[in-house]
Amino acid sequence: MKAYRRYFLNKLGWFLVTLVCAFILNFILPRLMPGDPVAAIVSRLAQGMSDATGVQAIYEQYTELFGTNKPMVEQFFIYMRNVVRGDFGYSISQYPRTVADTLKSSIIWTLGLQFPAIIVGWVIGNTLGALAAYLKGGFDKVLMPVSIFVSNFPQFGMAIILLVIFGAGLEWFPTSGGYGFDMIPNFSWDFIKSVIIHYQLPFWSVVLIAIGGQAIGMRSMAIYELNMDYVKFSRFMGIKDRKIIGYVFRNAMLPQITGLALSVGTMVGGALVSEIVFSYPGLGFTLLNGVMGQDYPLISASALIITVMVLLANFVIEILYGVIDPRVKAAQAD
Amino acid sequence: MKHTIQQIFRSGKFVVGFAIFAVLFLIVLIYPLIITDSPLAIIAQGTFFEPGTYVSVFDSIGAPKYSLDLPHADAKRIANRLSAEGREAMRDWLVGAGVVQDDLDIEDTVQLIALWESHFDSTLSIPGMTNAKRNYYIRLDTSLKGLLSTDATIIAEENADTGALEVTKTIAPNDYVNINEVANVRFLPLGTDNFGRDVLTELITAAGVSLQIGFVAGTIATAIGLTLGLLAGYIGGVVDDIIMFFTNLFTVIPSMVLLILISFSIGQDKRGATTIAAVIGFTSWYWTTRAVRAQVISLRNRDHVNLSKLSGHSIAYIIFADILPYIASYVVMAMILQISSGILAEAGLSILGLGPRTTEVPTLGLMMNWAMIYQAHILGKWWAYLPVLITIALITFSMNLMNTGLDQVFNPALRE
Repeated sequence: MKAYRRYFLNKLGWFLVTLVCAFILNFILPRLMPGDPVAAIVSRLAQGMSDATGVQAIYEQYTELFGTNKPMVEQFFIYMRNVVRGDFGYSISQYPRTVADTLKSSIIWTLGLQFPAIIVGWVIGNTLGALAAYLKGGFDKVLMPVSIFVSNFPQFGMAIILLVIFGAGLEWFPTSGGYGFDMIPNFSWDFIKSVIIHYQLPFWSVVLIAIGGQAIGMRSMAIYELNMDYVKFSRFMGIKDRKIIGYVFRNAMLPQITGLALSVGTMVGGALVSEIVFSYPGLGFTLLNGVMGQDYPLISASALIITVMVLLANFVIEILYGVIDPRVKAAQAD
Repeated sequence: MKHTIQQIFRSGKFVVGFAIFAVLFLIVLIYPLIITDSPLAIIAQGTFFEPGTYVSVFDSIGAPKYSLDLPHADAKRIANRLSAEGREAMRDWLVGAGVVQDDLDIEDTVQLIALWESHFDSTLSIPGMTNAKRNYYIRLDTSLKGLLSTDATIIAEENADTGALEVTKTIAPNDYVNINEVANVRFLPLGTDNFGRDVLTELITAAGVSLQIGFVAGTIATAIGLTLGLLAGYIGGVVDDIIMFFTNLFTVIPSMVLLILISFSIGQDKRGATTIAAVIGFTSWYWTTRAVRAQVISLRNRDHVNLSKLSGHSIAYIIFADILPYIASYVVMAMILQISSGILAEAGLSILGLGPRTTEVPTLGLMMNWAMIYQAHILGKWWAYLPVLITIALITFSMNLMNTGLDQVFNPALRE
């Protein structure tokens, strides 16, 4: 147990360090942008105003508000204060709403879409990959090329194809949004039904891509394990095939869990693009709005939240991995 | 070396991947030599012209005439003009008059017209038919007769002095031009896009640019990844710790988020294709580092390396002569994957509106972005986005197929 605690603390420390680095990167990168985002909103607000001093006054007021005239260090502390307070400052494109206000609802949509989709994709993909390694023959010959093709298909491409076939062509599912455009979010049966219908296409576009990649990984891991000496030895001992398969897949599964930790970032990145294709009201769509509106507080905050979500997912996976894999504990005890 | 290449080309997967890639690459190289038009030239006034051959009407009138009497020419002409609504109305009349049964095939224009011509009678009263409907049928019949008439169409020019129209030419229904004698004919196999640009020319240029972006990004990522991986793996100690710190950092922070932040920070004006490629390269080196380091660590204590050390060779010599040759095949595979993921990364960024600036070159991602903004996928303008998607998929698929093939050649455990 002591060894596991050390493993846990090690991972926790690493989690906090990456969090700080991500935080700093998130602050610095958007602020290096040439051009003045405040000038852009002022010119929008001051449309039709001919009084130059008036425009100047508006400009100064907004510069003050967003703190773009202050030195970087001071801006950083303002940013920290905003993050700690939980509102992330004012959104530039949707002023006077705060960034937190704009983002609040989209977090739930993104979590609700991506978390189940990645898990389902991972489970189905691993099952198929293991079956391909075990059954070989025709199943393998069909599954492998399809998996390679699907996993190399761009995420947005899958999203667009699903949208064209099932949304625009067959009209089984709506083509955009998270719920009917004529509805207000509530807990009525109609609303939930509408959410479920809108959920299908974005969900399957993420799942299908995930299946391909995971199946390929699981297949090679399982083939590798099936050729290990312990498998042959067990066969000679006359242990039932079913039981050996159980061992093999438990061993092949472990690297796949690490694989999930490593690829969660990429998957989330792809799923964000999927959200954009379907105008799904999640973080990806918010990010797009931020890019369109040159709204760096919004971009920075969405990027930060996405990063934190991925870091957390990683942390949880590694903690679970420590529990599942006896080798981790053994290695830590040395 | 020769033996290795022979072995590689015996792998079915590699050969298929290589063939697809080679064909794409040759098209990208050769097409611009034949069609030298600028890929971003706006040729169509209007959006999303359908694929097909466009023949200049003005030039056709001036071209030499030939009289051809082809069977069913009238039927084809009418079939082209007759709306689905008109066809149904004709069937309804014929059924109402008791001429045919309900299951008449209205797509068979020849039969439909023949039945109509022989049976239609404006004076016949059909039970339940209103007067307005009867007038509609009379109008329909007149317009059909107009289409079937053998009168020539007259081309007239305005006299500059008097302003009167003077007949310069008559065109009979059986006049034809030879398309080779028409001065301006343009074949647009994939139609035009939302800006009115030739999609095929644009697509091939875009594929070339995207391949370049992928290549630059892949080279940068592999160079950084290889260097850091070799250093971390071979030197170890503090160097290893520092390099692994950054590698782990980049692994957990989603590279898509970094890409978005950096491209946004660079700003629209400064984002050229090369800049984007460099940014992608600088954010995707980490997994090559990881993998190279793992391989180097397993090689570090091999006998031949120890022997080299004892002989007093420098670190650089040992890395180049004793370690690199063992991981070369792996590095090539990693680079292929980096190139293909670089192409995908560019496409993902462009969809967000953070791709290369739009005025200079098309890229596959930008074409997708334009098609999406103009709703090509909802409007059913498949030629604006489907060829682009297929091209992206073919490029990445062929590269991954090559990679899998190589993997099977160099990694005996995966052989079938």
